[in-house]
Amino acid sequence: MSIEVKNLKKSYKGKTVLDDVSFKVEDGEILAVVGLSGAGKSTILKLICGLTKPDSGEIIVSPGDIAMVFQYSALFDSLNVFENIAFALKERKEFKNKYTDEQLKKIVDQKLKLVGLEGIEEKMPHELSGGMQKRVSFARAVVTDPKTILYDEPTAGLDPVSSTMIEDYIVRLKDEFNPASVIVTHQLSTIQRCATKVIMLYNTKIVYAGTPQDMIDGGNEYTKQFIQACIDGPMKVAGSD
Amino acid sequence: MSYSKVIEIFKQSATFALGKMLLEQTQDFLETIGEMGIRTWQVIWLTFRALFTGQMKWKLIIEQCSRFAVDSLPITLTIVGMVSVIISMQVAPEMVKQGGEKFIGALMAVVTARELGAVMSGFAIISMIGSSYASEIATMRVTEQIDALKVLKVNPIEYLFVPRVVAGFIMMPVVVIVSSTFGLLCSGIAAHLSAHVSRLNYVSSLWLGLYLKDIMVTLGKSACFGAAIAIISCTCGYLAYGGAKGVGLSTTKAVVWSFVAICIIDYIFATIFFF
Repeated sequence: MSIEVKNLKKSYKGKTVLDDVSFKVEDGEILAVVGLSGAGKSTILKLICGLTKPDSGEIIVSPGDIAMVFQYSALFDSLNVFENIAFALKERKEFKNKYTDEQLKKIVDQKLKLVGLEGIEEKMPHELSGGMQKRVSFARAVVTDPKTILYDEPTAGLDPVSSTMIEDYIVRLKDEFNPASVIVTHQLSTIQRCATKVIMLYNTKIVYAGTPQDMIDGGNEYTKQFIQACIDGPMKVAGSD
Repeated sequence: MSYSKVIEIFKQSATFALGKMLLEQTQDFLETIGEMGIRTWQVIWLTFRALFTGQMKWKLIIEQCSRFAVDSLPITLTIVGMVSVIISMQVAPEMVKQGGEKFIGALMAVVTARELGAVMSGFAIISMIGSSYASEIATMRVTEQIDALKVLKVNPIEYLFVPRVVAGFIMMPVVVIVSSTFGLLCSGIAAHLSAHVSRLNYVSSLWLGLYLKDIMVTLGKSACFGAAIAIISCTCGYLAYGGAKGVGLSTTKAVVWSFVAICIIDYIFATIFFF
């Protein structure tokens, strides 16, 4: 068991965002979390990686590193690509002085190769396109060979071709590291290509849990509305009433 | 009229709006004070821990020292030099008229060594370095770079605050020494040009007004200024939220709070050592 979430509850300023949310993700599985904007999808990722604490409930994550790919890459803009990727290996206490400069270079080269971006070590983040920044953030995330990878809308703001490429890398990282992964996404293509399981959040609760194929084949009234992108249905967009 | 109706009307009044605003401001003030207290202790603890475990990030500290002192030097020298010239241009002719030509250097030495050099340098550092610390860290906050640091298991306080605060503590006295010397030089030239005060008179009377105690107090005070500017600016940036507006607000807050902090620290030093 790599990630187990039990009866999770989280509120912000008195407003409940998640209530009684439970799910499991095994090693090698990719769980897609879908739902309307503001449904609490990103909050789930922040809770899993410890950026915020739940009001109640339990999150059990298998020992090992947790990596996160942020929606807008979150590359350190004062550091170049090499320094961004090698950051954890240089700055974390347990890795301090563990690697020589030569070894660091080798590791960074290897991770850049994994995401198809050799030879850009000296570039600064602002010199890269959105898709390239995203791929560098993938390389940075996997530099410590994590057991859990979290993706916050990995294809947001990218063109369809770049999105497909990112989806391929998500699958490649799964094959390479066999981590338990959670993807927050709005893209059906990401769900179809990458996910092995899907949960849908609405109004603080999980309203659907199943496989991507079941969701696309029928699912329930919530997933139908989501897939068909209908305004009419059980889900109401905040402020639309 | 029912009680709830009265409450409803009161909620629409200017008194209620003003009270609410004051309450929110007070809450924000107390929260910021609390945060700064917490960050200050964290920085002190992490600095001593890093010193004793040999894990001080010297490379980052040297980078920040260079930024703090070298990058800010032109603006610091300009401000301290200009203020010294303005004071000297006004004071020197008056003192010559009253027969106090021999004391102009001493007067400028006391003013510069005790107050002008440190306070004006502090103001220059706030506008140049404090604002950039705040906006840089606030941008990191709103673009999730600080979250990324945490996910990568790197303590943001240790990585972002400690090098900046240590650099401020070390380099501010250096900046003050350089800018005060420059200020005294400028005021000497201004006194000579505006009131024909001889260079010999000015330089010889300078030593009458320079006391070791004044210099030591100013160095201690400026080290506190440097650390305070760095802690306040980093904390304001760290507490930023929202987008571009949040970055702007946190930068403004950092500048205002730093100005106030400098005045308070200056008052405390003046009360302890010169009262």
